[in-house]
Order: sequence, then structure tokens, then C-alpha cells
Amino acid sequence: MLEEYVGLLVIFVIGVLLVSAMLAVHLLLGPRRHFDAKQEPFECGEKQLVSPRRRYAVKFYMVAILFVIFDVEAIFFYPWGAVFTELGWYGYVAMLVFTVPLAVGLTYEWMKGGLEW
Amino acid sequence: MPVEVIVKTLFILIVVIGALAPVMTWTERKQSAVMQDRIGANRADLGGITVLGLLHPLADVVKLLTKEDVVPLGANRIMHLLAPLIAAVPAVIAYGVIPFAGVYTFGQDTISMVVSNADWGLLYIFAIGSIATYGTVMAGWSSNSNWSLLGAMRASAQMISYEVTMGLSVVGIFMVFGTLQLQTMAIEQDATFRILGFLEYLIPGLQLPAFLSAFPFVLPKWGIFLQPLGFLMFLATIMAENKRPPFDVPEGESEIIAGYFTEYSGMRFGLFFMAEFIEVVVIAGLVTTLFLGGWTIPWVSTADFIGVVTPALGEGVATGLCVIVHFLMFMTKVVVMIWLQMSLRWGLPRFRYDHVMDLCWKGILPLSIANIFVTGALLLLLGDAS
Repeated sequence: MLEEYVGLLVIFVIGVLLVSAMLAVHLLLGPRRHFDAKQEPFECGEKQLVSPRRRYAVKFYMVAILFVIFDVEAIFFYPWGAVFTELGWYGYVAMLVFTVPLAVGLTYEWMKGGLEW
Repeated sequence: MPVEVIVKTLFILIVVIGALAPVMTWTERKQSAVMQDRIGANRADLGGITVLGLLHPLADVVKLLTKEDVVPLGANRIMHLLAPLIAAVPAVIAYGVIPFAGVYTFGQDTISMVVSNADWGLLYIFAIGSIATYGTVMAGWSSNSNWSLLGAMRASAQMISYEVTMGLSVVGIFMVFGTLQLQTMAIEQDATFRILGFLEYLIPGLQLPAFLSAFPFVLPKWGIFLQPLGFLMFLATIMAENKRPPFDVPEGESEIIAGYFTEYSGMRFGLFFMAEFIEVVVIAGLVTTLFLGGWTIPWVSTADFIGVVTPALGEGVATGLCVIVHFLMFMTKVVVMIWLQMSLRWGLPRFRYDHVMDLCWKGILPLSIANIFVTGALLLLLGDAS
């Protein structure tokens, strides 16, 4: 059982080392000639007019809320799907009962214009 | 045991990162050049040898490593440094659960050709995939640039939206194969089914003639034949998740410079770039395993293959040959999927952002839920009739 975790640990350690090594070599080899004009954030040649640390459109927030609901739903689908044939019609109907309220919610959101961009 | 794991890990990383990903950067340039009637990369040379421009990936690495590392004023330095790391590591480690060949018996030992044979393999891929979102959002937010922020906002909304549909569009596959373990799924696909086999189940007492169980009337039991709609939806969503064209609005060069990595230079930029290319390979591997039978040879099962070859060569050699053939089969399918993604990239124009979001929430999401219940009803009605 633990073997599976060993494999993932090994690949994780190798992956992190590889990527960090690339960053480290880059920091060692790259030149350093800093001056203020070079370090200004890119703004098509203008001075930065507004700071990016400000409010942004609420739509992104609404997508995030929708994501939480539907991703949790998706997670419930995984184990159900894996044992689906053993559950038979009982499992089918149970999942239908679980999905209908969500479908109603999605339809409501859709009608209200929450999915418009 | 750990030795075996390390060997398999190094092998797959060398194949994916050392060979496939760099060659892909070259292929992508060459393919775009051919599609746009140009010559493409052919200048990098090493003592007069150019090999069709194949040295360009090498030149890229040298160049990226020796560039200055510019951090914009007012940026959050720690986040700015961590972001490429968090974006690239998930791409590298996702290959840990994708099987590149089957399960073989050599005398006493049974070897499964996958780094980790976890039974939650697919969940791991999705979990790792969502971590990559943090990388893009951190990159965009920490750069203190308006373009980066716009790109990061677009990327975050797009990635989390498509994560939902990506999960839902493959549930049909779990239901058909009854597992989340990728190696088991590949083994399940190492079989064939009769196209008309369901008739026997629907009409009791019907016996299909024998010729319907032979070559042209049986198909490999691949996910793409059992879940055709699931395949299309999964391919579209996973390409959107990787932010590749035609879904590359978070980068959208003509609108927001380079999106979330506008303020990155040198190898930090290179890591975002590399992550994208490695993810293309991961996507190809994942789609292959779920829908194209993974390492299996179409119409020829592992037992058949070993059975035919053993009398001529002996069992050990036959099994070894089988490993090689299966691995080449897997790589062929992966290369075909990579080619498909690249052709889509250069063949389609970029979507508008509202179209991308509409496709996800109004198109694929309802369709994938419908697909789950239609698949379920068919599975229960027709049973394992094939």
C-alpha cells in the first residue's frame, strides 16, 4: 500500500529539485544590471497610471462561488461513478435526486444572468 | 522496491522532459511554419551542424538561463519567485500515475510500468492540476502590473470553470470501467467488444452469427468508442485548463501583452513556457490512457501477443518484446495526440472570453451531466452485453 506513496514522493522530490535547480542556475548565470526604468512594470511605454492592486469585476467572484458548488458536486460523482454498476438503479435514482436541485440552481443562475459575460 | 521506483521515475522524466518537451518546442515552430508557408527555425548551429533546426531547444535553454532576471518595482518578491515553481512542478509530477506500459510477470516478479499504481490515480491528476492555478494567479497578482492582473483574473476564472467540467466529463469513463486507477483502466481496454453485441442482450434468445465476432465487426474496447461525447468534452476542457490556443485568452498576446507572465524574464518565464509544453504531453498521455486504450495494441491483447511470440522466442524474451511494443504503442498514441493539439492550436482562431465561459457553463457542463445519466441508464439497461 505504501509503495504507491513512495513513487509519488520520489517523483515530487525529483520534480521540485529539477525546477529549483533551473531557477538557481538562472540566478547564478544571469547578469545583474538593475536601474529604475528597466524595473518599471510594463505599461506600453507609459508610466503606470493606476495601481493593479485595486478592485476588479465582481463576475470573477461569482464564478468562484459557482465553482465551489459544482466542484464539490463533481467530487461526489467520482466515487459514485467508480462503484456505479454495483449500486444499480438504486444508486442511479439517488444520484438523480442529488443532481436535480443542482440543475435547478444552475438554471436559476442562468436565467438571472449570472453566467453572462 | 525504491530502486525500481526511482528507475521508472527517471525513465519517464527523461522521456517527457528530456526528450518530448524540447522536441515539441521545435515541432511546434516547424508545424506553424509549414501551416503558414514559412521555413521556420533552422539557424541554430553547432560547428556548422544544424539538423533541421533541432538544436534550437538547446539554444533556448542556454539563452533563457543566461538572461537577466528582472523583478518589477513594487512586486511581491517571494510570490514572484514562487509562482513559476508552483506552475511548473505540478506539470512535472503529474506523470507519476500515467502508465506507459502494462503489468508483466518476469519469473517471480510482477512489474507494473507506472511510477505509482495508486487507486486514486485520476483524483491525483485533478488535484495536481488545480494547484497549477495558484501558480498563474500568484504570478499575475505579484507582478504589480495591470496586464498581469488582467491575465491572472481571466486565467483563474477560466481554469476553475473548466476544472469542474473536466471532472464531470470523465465520470462516464469511471462508470464504464468501474475504477479510478489508470493502470486498471488501461488493462480493461486491452480487449475488444462486438459492435452489435448489445442486440443479443436486448432480444432474448438471439444468437449473433459467428462472423460478427471477427475482425471488422469488433472494436477495441477503448474509451473513445464507449464514450465518444466524453472524449470530445474532455479534450476541449483539458486544453482550456492548460490555457493553450484556441483557449489562450489569459495570455492573449494581442490584447494583454502576455497575460499573467508579462513581467517574467529569463528562466522564470521559461518555466511557465516549459510547464505548458510538459502539460501538453501530460494531456496527451492522459487522453491516451483514458480514451485511446493507453499502451494496448488494438485488436491484439497482451495474452495473445505473448502467446503467439513465446513458441518462437521463449517466454522471457516474448515478455520483454511485449514491453517494448506496448511502450512504443503508448508513445505513438501520445505523439498523435500532441500533433492533434498543435494542429488545433494553429488551425483555430482564439475564442472570445465570453465564448470561452459560455462554452463551459452553458455548453459542456449541462452536456456532461446529461452524458453521465445517459451512460448510467445505458449501462444498467444493456449491462455488460458487449
